[in-house]
Amino acid sequence: MRKLQAIGRRIGGRLLSSVPAILGVVILTFLLMRVLPGDPAVFFASGPSAGQQEIEDLRKQMGLDQPVPVQLVRYLQDIATGNLGRSMTTGQPVLTDMQQRLPASLELTFSALFLALACALPLGILAALRPGSAVDHVVRFLCTLGVCMPTFVSGLLLIYAFYYLLGWAPDPTGRIDIFASAPPEITGFLLFDFAVTGDLEGFRAAFSQLILPACTMALFVLAPLARMTRASMLAVLGSDFIRTARSIGLAPWRVILVYALRNALLPVLTIAGIVFSTMLGANVLVEKVFSWPGVASYALDALLASDYAPVQGFVLLMATIFVLVNLLVDILYGLADPRIAAE
Amino acid sequence: MTTPLLQVQDLEVTFATRRGAVAALRGASFALDPGEVLGLVGESGSGKSVTALAAMGLLDKAGRVTRGSIHFDGRDITRAGAGVLRPMRGAAFSMIFQNPRAALNPIRSVGAQVADALRAHRDLSARAARDQALALLEQVRIRNAGQRLEAFPHELSGGMCQRVMIAMAIACAPRLIIADEPTTGLDVTTQKAVMDLLAGLTRERGMAMLLITHDLGLAAQYCDRVAVMEQGRVVEEAPPAALFGAPGHAYTRRLVAACPTPSSTIASLSPDGELPAEPVARAPLPAGTPLLLEVRDLVKTYPGGVAAVDKVSFTMKPGESLGLVGESGSGKSTISRLVTRLIDATGGEVIFDGHSVSDIPARDFHAAPQRSQIQIVFQDAGESLNPRFSAFDSIADPLRRLRGLRDGSELTKRVKDCAVSVGLPLPLLDRFPHQLSGGQRARVGIARAVSVDPKLLVLDEPTAALDVSVQAVVLQLLERLRREKGLAYLFVSHDLNVVRMLCDRMIVLRNGQVVEEGDSQRIFRAPQADYTAELIAAIPHFEPLAA
Repeated sequence: MRKLQAIGRRIGGRLLSSVPAILGVVILTFLLMRVLPGDPAVFFASGPSAGQQEIEDLRKQMGLDQPVPVQLVRYLQDIATGNLGRSMTTGQPVLTDMQQRLPASLELTFSALFLALACALPLGILAALRPGSAVDHVVRFLCTLGVCMPTFVSGLLLIYAFYYLLGWAPDPTGRIDIFASAPPEITGFLLFDFAVTGDLEGFRAAFSQLILPACTMALFVLAPLARMTRASMLAVLGSDFIRTARSIGLAPWRVILVYALRNALLPVLTIAGIVFSTMLGANVLVEKVFSWPGVASYALDALLASDYAPVQGFVLLMATIFVLVNLLVDILYGLADPRIAAE
Repeated sequence: MTTPLLQVQDLEVTFATRRGAVAALRGASFALDPGEVLGLVGESGSGKSVTALAAMGLLDKAGRVTRGSIHFDGRDITRAGAGVLRPMRGAAFSMIFQNPRAALNPIRSVGAQVADALRAHRDLSARAARDQALALLEQVRIRNAGQRLEAFPHELSGGMCQRVMIAMAIACAPRLIIADEPTTGLDVTTQKAVMDLLAGLTRERGMAMLLITHDLGLAAQYCDRVAVMEQGRVVEEAPPAALFGAPGHAYTRRLVAACPTPSSTIASLSPDGELPAEPVARAPLPAGTPLLLEVRDLVKTYPGGVAAVDKVSFTMKPGESLGLVGESGSGKSTISRLVTRLIDATGGEVIFDGHSVSDIPARDFHAAPQRSQIQIVFQDAGESLNPRFSAFDSIADPLRRLRGLRDGSELTKRVKDCAVSVGLPLPLLDRFPHQLSGGQRARVGIARAVSVDPKLLVLDEPTAALDVSVQAVVLQLLERLRREKGLAYLFVSHDLNVVRMLCDRMIVLRNGQVVEEGDSQRIFRAPQADYTAELIAAIPHFEPLAA
C-alpha cells in the first residue's frame, strides 16, 4: 500500500514538473511557425488569381491579422479547452485527424519496437556471452548496417526484394488493401480490431501490410538496443553476484536470464524509452515510403503547406507522448529496481 | 591416513594479459583434511584468491591452470568442465566472498537468493524452498528472519549480507567452505560475530573450511593450521601457535612483525624502517601555548534526522596526535570532514588557531587562508587521486591552487622535495595512479596533503586499504613526518592498535557521541567504558611470543 502511494506521488510530481517543459515546447513551436516564411492565407486562398480582398478576409478569419502575442494567448486558450484548431488541408479539426492517424503511427512504432527488442536482446546477450567471437562481430556488423542505412533506402530495398522480386509482400500502399474491408473502429489499431472481431483474413492482410515498414523501422533502432544490451550485459556478467550465482551451482541459463539479464535490462529500458520517442517522430520517412497514413507524414504535409494548426498539434502530441513514455520508463524502473523505489 | 578433502599440488595458474602471460600461482601446494580449518594468509597478489577460484572452477576466462592438480575427495577436478563442476558447486563445496553486499544480487530479495541456492541442487517446491530458506536465515542468526526474507541486499547491513551469504553457502550442506576474506570491510565487533558464527557452523556440521585472509590475528584465532603464501607459492605451513611463535621463513617473519599487536611499536613493525633510531624527544610545549584546534559541541544532522555527530567536543595542541576510533556509523569520518571544512556543521564551533572556521561555509573555505593549514589524507588513495593526474600533478595541484605557484623550477623543486620527504622515488612522478602500487599511491596522497605545509593533517583511515607490510611502512613514514615537520595529526581509524601506536591521545566514538577519551596507552590497557573494552576484545590477535 505504501509502495503504491509512493508511486502515485511520484507520478503526480513528474506530471506536474513536465508542464513547464510542454508549455515551453508549445510556445516555441508557435513562434517558430510564425517566423517561417510563407503566408498561409495566400497558400489557402482559392487560387493564384485570388484577389487581395479574399486573402485579407481569409487572414482575418484565421486570426492572422492580430498581433502575435494576442494570437498566442488565443491559441493557449484553445489548447486549454481541447481545441487544437482546424487543418486547412483536410478541412477537419486537428483533433479528429490525429485520432484517425495516431493509431496507425502507434501500431507501426509498437510493432517495430517489439521486433527490434525481440532481435536486439538475444543478439546483445549472445554478443556479450562471447565478446570478440564471430557472433560478436556479426552482431556488430548488423548493427552498423542498420544505423548506416537511411530508413528510406532500407525501406525501398525491402520493397524491392519482397514485393518486386519475390512477390511475398503486398503492394506497399497504406495499412490495408484498398479492396479489403476495414474492421469496425474500436481502437484504431487494425491488428487488435481484427483480432477482437475474429476476422483472421483481415488480420493476416493487415499484418502483411505492417511487416515491411515495421522491419524497416526495427532495423534502424536495432543498433542502440543491441549495443546497450551487450554493454550492460558485459558489465553485469563481470560483477560479483554473478560469481556468487555460479558458486552455488545455479544452472547457466538461470545465471544468465535471472541474475544477469534482469540487472542488465535496467539501462536497456531507458534506451528503449528514448528510442520509442525518437521512432514516433522519425518514422516520417518510413510512412512516406510505405504510404502509411500516420501522424508524422500528416505533420510533414501540413508543414509544407504552412498549415499551422496540425504542426502545432503534432508537436504538442509528441511532447506529451515523450513525457508519458519517460514517466512509464521511470515507473518500470522503480518496479524493476528496489534500490530506486526506496528513494 | 585419510584422503585429504582438498588437495592442491604444485598448482600453476597463468593469466593472459595484454603484456603477455602472468603467473598468479607458481606451484602452490597444500592439503586440507575433512573437518579441518586451514588458513591461507598472505598479502595482496600472493595468489590466495586465485587458489580458491581455481578450486571452484570460477577463474576468469583469461586465467588457466597450466600445471599441477586439484583433487577434491580423491577426485581430480583440475580441468573439470562445467558439467562436472556445476553439480559440485554449492553441494560439495561452496564459497563465501569478500564484500558481501556486492556479492548478492541487488534486485533479488535475499530469501529468493537463498532459495535459489537450495533449488540449484534439490528438487523443491517454491513453498518448501522458502520454508527452508527461512530456517537457514534463522540458523545464521538473522533476527526477524521472516521479514528479512523479502528484504533486498541494500536494506541490510554488511554483516547481515554476509550472514545471508553464509546461509547460501551452507544451504546444501557442502563438505568444504572456502571463505575468501569473509570479514574484510566489516567492523571488528561484526567481524567477531560473523567469524564465530562461521566457525560454529562448520564445527557443528563437520565441514572443512579454507579461510583466506590477510589478517594474521584472524587466522591464528580460527584456524587449525595456517599456510603462508608469497608470490604464488606456499612458503610455510604450521599450526598457528608454532607459525606465529617461531616463524621459519623470512617472509613469515616479516609479515608477523608488520602485524600490529598490543605490544608492537611503530619501530618494531618493519626491520628496515625509516625512523631515526632514537626517537626524538619532543620538547614539552611551554605553558600557555594556544590550542591548535578546539571543537565545541559539534553537531551534524543528515537529512532524515539522523545525527551523525552529536555534540562532540575536543581540543588539540600544536604537534599533537589525536586518534578518533569507532565502528562504521560512529561519526568519525563525518567529524574528519567537518574539521577539514569539507561539509558544514549543523551546530557547534570549530576553532582553528584562535579563529573560528565553522562560520566560513564549506563552499567558500577553499579561498580561506586556513585552507592550506588544514589538509586531509583520504582513505583509499587509489580512489581519491584524480585518475587523469600524474603523481606530479596530484602533488602540484594544491601548490598551484593554494600557493599560486606557476609551472616552473620553483614548483618542480617543491614537488620533488615533497616526493623525497615521503619516500616516493622521483621517476614515479610521471606515472598515473593506476600505474602505482597501493603503497606508492598512499605516499602520493600524503605528499599532496603536506605539500602546502599544513599545521593540522587529518588522516581518514589512510592505511585501511593497504597490506600490513605496506601499512607498517606508511605508519613509519607518518611518524617520521610528524617528528620532522611538527605536524598535528587527527587520525581516524577503526584499528585500535594502529591508533595506540601513532597517537598520544584517543577518543572512542559510538553513534556520534564520545564514549571515552584519554591517553591512548591507558585506554588500551585499562578501558573505562564497556564499549571500549568490547572493541579491544574483538580485535583478533595472536601472541607471537606465547608459543
